Amino acid sequence: MLRIPCPYCGPRDHAEFDYGGDATVVWPALDDTTEAWVEALYFRDDPKGPHRELWRHARGCRLWLIVERDTVTHEISAAHPAHPGMADEVTAQSQAETPSA
Amino acid sequence: MTDAATTPPVDLDLRRRDAAAALAAEPNRLVVRGIIDRAAPRRFQWEGRELKGYAGDTLASALIASGVRTVARGFKYHRPRGVMSAGVEEGGAIVAVGEGDRRIANINAATQELYEGLAAFGQNAWPSVSWDAARVNDRLGRFLGAGFYYKTFFSFTPNTPDGTGHWMLFERAIRAAAGMGKASREPDPDQYEAAHAHCDMLVVGSGPAGLEAARVAAEAGLDVILAEQDFELGGRLLAEAAEIDSAAPGDWRDQRLAALRAAGVRIMLRTTVFGLYDGGVAGMMERVAHSPEPHQVRERFWTVRADRIVLATGAIERGLAFGENDRPGVMTAGAAQAYVNRFGVAPGRRAVVATTHDGGLGAAADLAAAGLEVAILDARTGVAREIGDTPSGLGAAVSHLAGAAPLRTLGRARALGDVGDVMFGDGGVAALEIALDTDRGWRVADRIECDMVAVSGGWSPVVNLLSHRGVKPVWDTERLCFLPGETSEPIEVCGAAAGVWEAGACAASGRNAVARLLGRTEEEAPLRRASASPPREMYEVRAPGRKLKSFIDPQHDVTTEDVRQAACEGYVSVEHLKRYTTLGMATDQGKNGNILGLAVMAEALKREIPEVGTTTFRPPYTPVSLGVLAGRSRGKHFKPKRRTPLHAWSLAQGAVMTDAGLWRRSWYFPHAMEGLDDAYIREAAAVRASVGLCDVTSLGKISVQGPDAGEFLNRVYVNGMAKLPVGKARYGVMLRDDGLVFDDGAVWRLGETDYLVTTTTAGAGKVMSWLEELSQTRWPELRVALSSVTDRWAGVAVAGPQARNLLTALVEDVDFEDAAFPFMGVRAGRLKGGEIECWLARLSFSGELAYEIYVESDHAPALMDVLWEGAKALGGVLYGTEALGALRIEKGHVAGPELDGRTTLADLGLGAMGSTKKPYLGAALAQREVLADAGRQRLVGLTPLEEGAQFKAGSILCRVPLGESPSGHGVGWVSSVTYSPALGHWIGLGFIEGGIEKAATRKAEEAIIAADPVRGAETRVRVVSPHFIDPEGARMRPEADPAPGADLSTINVRPSRRSAFGTLWLDGLDNRAADDPNARRVVGRVELDDPEDPVSDAQDAAVWLVEERPRPLWRVEAWPGRRAAVEGLLRELSGGAAPAYGRTEIGEDEIELSRAGPLSWRVLGLGPEGGERLAMMDAEDGAALELSHAEVAVRIGGREAATLLNRFLPLDLRDASFPEGSTAITGFHHTPVTLDRLSGASIPPTYRLWVPRSYAWSLWGLLRESAAQWRG
Ligand SMILES: [Zn+2]
Repeated sequence: MLRIPCPYCGPRDHAEFDYGGDATVVWPALDDTTEAWVEALYFRDDPKGPHRELWRHARGCRLWLIVERDTVTHEISAAHPAHPGMADEVTAQSQAETPSA
Repeated sequence: MTDAATTPPVDLDLRRRDAAAALAAEPNRLVVRGIIDRAAPRRFQWEGRELKGYAGDTLASALIASGVRTVARGFKYHRPRGVMSAGVEEGGAIVAVGEGDRRIANINAATQELYEGLAAFGQNAWPSVSWDAARVNDRLGRFLGAGFYYKTFFSFTPNTPDGTGHWMLFERAIRAAAGMGKASREPDPDQYEAAHAHCDMLVVGSGPAGLEAARVAAEAGLDVILAEQDFELGGRLLAEAAEIDSAAPGDWRDQRLAALRAAGVRIMLRTTVFGLYDGGVAGMMERVAHSPEPHQVRERFWTVRADRIVLATGAIERGLAFGENDRPGVMTAGAAQAYVNRFGVAPGRRAVVATTHDGGLGAAADLAAAGLEVAILDARTGVAREIGDTPSGLGAAVSHLAGAAPLRTLGRARALGDVGDVMFGDGGVAALEIALDTDRGWRVADRIECDMVAVSGGWSPVVNLLSHRGVKPVWDTERLCFLPGETSEPIEVCGAAAGVWEAGACAASGRNAVARLLGRTEEEAPLRRASASPPREMYEVRAPGRKLKSFIDPQHDVTTEDVRQAACEGYVSVEHLKRYTTLGMATDQGKNGNILGLAVMAEALKREIPEVGTTTFRPPYTPVSLGVLAGRSRGKHFKPKRRTPLHAWSLAQGAVMTDAGLWRRSWYFPHAMEGLDDAYIREAAAVRASVGLCDVTSLGKISVQGPDAGEFLNRVYVNGMAKLPVGKARYGVMLRDDGLVFDDGAVWRLGETDYLVTTTTAGAGKVMSWLEELSQTRWPELRVALSSVTDRWAGVAVAGPQARNLLTALVEDVDFEDAAFPFMGVRAGRLKGGEIECWLARLSFSGELAYEIYVESDHAPALMDVLWEGAKALGGVLYGTEALGALRIEKGHVAGPELDGRTTLADLGLGAMGSTKKPYLGAALAQREVLADAGRQRLVGLTPLEEGAQFKAGSILCRVPLGESPSGHGVGWVSSVTYSPALGHWIGLGFIEGGIEKAATRKAEEAIIAADPVRGAETRVRVVSPHFIDPEGARMRPEADPAPGADLSTINVRPSRRSAFGTLWLDGLDNRAADDPNARRVVGRVELDDPEDPVSDAQDAAVWLVEERPRPLWRVEAWPGRRAAVEGLLRELSGGAAPAYGRTEIGEDEIELSRAGPLSWRVLGLGPEGGERLAMMDAEDGAALELSHAEVAVRIGGREAATLLNRFLPLDLRDASFPEGSTAITGFHHTPVTLDRLSGASIPPTYRLWVPRSYAWSLWGLLRESAAQWRG
C-alpha cells in the first residue's frame, strides 16, 4: 500500500487512485505524423529510481496528479496537479497558508 | 535467591492429584498456578471426546491438561506429534477446528483460544491420530527424502500426455495420503469485514518492551494503538516467573496496563499485525468472535496507517536438531515454562531441560518450582556442575549435567512396556539418550527416563515485519541470532526482537525506542545481568555411528539429512534449499526451523550462517483467512450493484433483471408462462408494431460545459462536433490513442457552452476518466467542466410508430411536428401538468420512430406511470435489454460486443464518419498500414442458410470447401445473435476477413460455417449487409404517423413522491419497502420514531442511520485564474464565507458551501433564485451544474458512527484530522462518496455521507449489515 500525498485531499491510500502511466511522455499534436505518435505511445523508458508518474485521485478529488516516485524504494517525494492552472492554484493556496515569518 | 525459589508453592498438584474430583479429568492441571480462570470452565471436543479446560487456556494447554499427547501426525512420515511450542511457531499441534461449514484446517492449537463448544480434530491421519494406517511411511523414510516427489514422478515420460496423466494421478494419490488437513467445502457462513484506523504510533507486541513503549508514547501525548496477537496482554511476562524491576511479572504488567488505559491507548487484543507496507501501513487481522452470532463478524481486516511504528514482536525460541526430536513430549523450554506458569498445566512429570545458554536455566527453575523432577543438560562445558552453584538457585529435585546434550528420544510400546525405538503406543517420549562433549565431539553416554524434553537452542528475534519492508537482518555472532537491520523509515525495534533478553532491559529498550522516534535522549541501558557463561553456538547433536532422524521443520517433515542431501546435490542457495526440501514452507513459514536449516546448510557447505543467507520473510506473518480478505465483498456485495430509479417500478411490472456491468437492468417482462425467448420476441415485435418503453437510465451521461467544450469534443470525436447547433444531437465515435474504436454515443448540444455526452453503459466510467485525463493532462488550455450526470437523469426510450402520438399527448411545450422536431433534434419540455421538466432527443437505436426522454431521477416513476398508461392504451409494451438487443441487431447498430477494443472505424463500416477536415484523437495511428488493410475482419450481417437454423454468438466463421469440416482459426467470428421477429429467422452480426465484398466473391463450392466447437454446433451461414431492416431509414422518419386508436387525453401526471418517502424507498427493492420502516432508517439499538429528528430521538443509540431530506445540490467549478470571481458569487449566494480546502462554511438559511477541489465547490440548500443565478453564471468564470437528484445523503450518528464509517471509509476521522465542518471525498466499496462532519452536533459526532444515487441501495445495505453489530 502506497500513501500518496494528494495536494488537495492530503495523504491517501493508493487504492483511492488509478495509475495513469508515464508522466514524462510528450504527446504529439493531433495532426502530427504516425511515426511521432508511435514513438509517444509505444516507446517508453523504464527508469530505475526517481520517476514521474500520472495518478488520478479517482475515489477522491478526481485530480490527475504528477507523482514523483522512486521505482526502487517506492518513496514518493512529491505530488502536484497535472493541470498547470490547477497546480498554480494549489501553490497559491499553500503560500497563503504559510505564515509569513 | 528469590523467595519464590526458596519456597516453591506447593502447587503440586501432581502428588495430590485426587484433591478435587473436578480435576480428575485433567490429570496434568496444576492446582494454583497460571492465569486461567478456574471459575470459568470450558467444555470442548477432541476427536469426538468431551474434554474440559478453562477460559484463558489455549487448545494446546487444555489438551496437555487432559493428558492428550499425540495431537497430529507428521505430513510425510505420519509420525505422532505433540505440542512443541506455545506460540505461532508451532510445528506439531496443527489441527482442524470447527464442524460442518465452519471447519477450518491447519489451525495452530498452541495459539487457538479455547472456547465453549470448540470441536477439534487431528490431521494427516487416517483413521485417527492415535492410530494411523500410513505410519508405515516412516519405515520408508529413506525413499521419501528431499525432492522425492520431483525426482520420482516427474521422471515418468516427461512432456508427453501420458506422463502428465501419470503425474496427475500420482499427485492425487500422494495428496490424499499426505492429508494436508481437510477444510469445509461448504460456503463460509460467517461475516467478515474490513476496518480502517490511523494513529500516531503503532506498537506491535505487548511484552515488557511493547507495554513500556506504548505507555511512554501515550504519556507523551501520542495517539497509540497497541496490537497483540494473543488473547492476553503481557507476552513473555505471562510465561516467566522471574522478577522485572524488582516486581512480580504479573504485578508489573497490571501496573503498566492501568497506565495504558489511563493514557487512552487503543489496545487491540487477538490482533495480528501480519504485514508492514509502504508509508507506515500495517495489515492486521483481528479475531472477533469464535462462533459469531448472525449479526457479528468473525474476523476483521484492519488497515492501520501509523506515523511511527514500534516493533516489540519478541523472539522465538529455537530447538536443537537431535534424533527423534519430534516425539510428543519434546518442546521448547520457554513453551514448557509458559504451560506451567501461564496455563497451570504440567506437560510432564520428569523433565529433561536441554539448553545452550543461561535462559534455559530459568525454564528449569520454573518447572522445578511447579513440582516437576528436572534434569538439566547444559551443552556448555565451562559451567558449574554442582546444582547449588547454578545461577537460578534450583531446588533439590534438579540434577545438572554440563557438557551434555540430547542425542535421541526413545518411546514406549504400549503393549510391551519396553523402551525403545517403537512405533506403537502414543509414541511419546519415555527416555532420552544423552551425549557428552568430549575432545572427539559428542559421544553417546547414557539414557535418562523422562516423559518430556524441554529444549532451548537460543532465541531468534522476530524480524519478519521489518523484513516485509525490505530490511535485511544482520547475524550477530555474540547473541547468535539475526538482528533487525537499519531502516530509514520511522520504525524502531525493541525488546527481544532487538536481541534484548532480560525483561527489565526489554522494558528500557521499549522506552528508548519511543525516545528515538520522538528525537529525545535515550536513557542509559541497564547493565545486562552478569551471565554465568556465554551461550554455546550449537544447532545439532550428532554422534559417530548413529543414524538419526533429526527434524528441522517438523510440520513439513524436513530433517537435517534432507538439508545435507540438498547441499550434496548442489542446492546451495537458501532459496533453492527452501523449494527443494520445502523447509519453511509450512503454515509456520520457517519460524520454527529457519535458523537450524541455515546452520546445517552452513556446516555442510563449510561456511558461516550469514554467508548462506536468510530467507526473505513476506506477509502474512501468520495465516490470514480468505474470508477476512474478502470482507463484506462477497455474495450480493461482491461488487456494488447500481439501480436505476425505475428499479422498483420495473419489478412491480414483473421485470426479470439482469446484470449489465454494475447495473441491474430489466432483461424482459414476461407474461404468464413466458420464457425469455417468447417474451423478448413479443416485446421487439410490439415495438415495431406500436410502441415500446425501455429504461435506458444506465447509459453513461456526461455533462461537458465551458467556453471550449465544443473544441474539446471536436478533438475527441472522429466526426465534427464544434458546429453542432444548439438543439441538435449527433452520433459520435471516439478512438483511443492507438486508433482503435473506444466508445460511441450521442452528443447533445443543450446550450451555447453546454453539452451532454452519452456513452455505452459499459463505457461510462472509462469515457469519463479518459475525458478528464485529456482535459487535465493534455489540453489544459481548454476550459471544460466535466461531470457525470448518469445518476441525475432517468431516461426512457420511447420507440415505435406510436411514439410521437404517445409523447404528444403527455409532453407540453414541445412541438413534435417533423419540421419543428426533426430526427436528431433535442428539445426541453414539461410533462403534462407542467410540474416536471424533461429533455427529449429524437434518437433511434431500434430503427423506429423513437425518442429518448429524460427527467430528473426522482420523477422517473411519475414519468413511467403516465408513459405506460398511454402505451398500454396504444397496444404497446415494456421492453428489456434482450428486446433492445434484438432491435439494434436487426438495424445493424454496433454495441458492446462489436466495440471490443479491437475494431477500427472501417471494420465497423463507419469509415466515412472520420473527418478529413479536422484532426482528432487517434487519427494518426489509425493510418497505420495494418489498420487500413482492406483484408481485415469487417462487420457483416449473417443469416443461416438453412431455414430455422440457429447459431450462437462467439462462434468462429470458417470458410471451407463444401462437405468438409471446419478447422483452424477461421476467417472471422460472430459477435451478436438474435431471433429477428421482423424477419422470422435468426440473424447475427459478425466480422469476416474482407467484409461483405470479399464474401460476395466466394466460390460456389465454398461454404461459410459458424463453428462453435465448444458447444458443438456448426451452422452454414450467408454473409449479408448488417442492416437487416429498413436500410434507408424510412421507419425513423415516417411520412405520417398511424392513428393513435386510443384517447390519451385523460391521462394525468402524478407528481414526484420523493419528498414524502425518500429516495431509498423510491428506488427500493419492491413495494413492500413502503411498509418496512427499516428500508429508510436503521439504528443500532433503538428504533427511530421521528425520522425528521433523529438526533434527539436516538441520543443513546450506538449508531443510527437515516436518509436526509433532499435539498438542492449544485456543483460549481471555476476556471484557473477565476477563483476569486466564483468565490465572490458563491459568498454572495450563500451569505457565508468561502471554505478552505476540505471545509464547509454555513451561510444564511442553512446554505452549506463546501470545497470539493482546488477550483470546485458544492452548494447545498440554495433556493430557486440562487439556483437561477448559478445556472446563469458567466461562462468565462466557470460552470455550475445542479446535481440534486444525482446523490443521496445519509445521516449517520451515535457513539459508534465513526467506527461504522471506518469499517468502509479509509479516512482519518480523528477529531484533530476531521473536526466539525470537515468534508472529504473518498471511496466506499469502490464508489466515490463525500463525507461531511456536521457542525453543531458535536458529541457524539454526526456525519453526512453522500453517495451516488444508483449505488445508494447497495451501499445502504452494507451500512445496515455492519450497523447490526451494535444491535441488542
Ligand atoms: Zn485528492
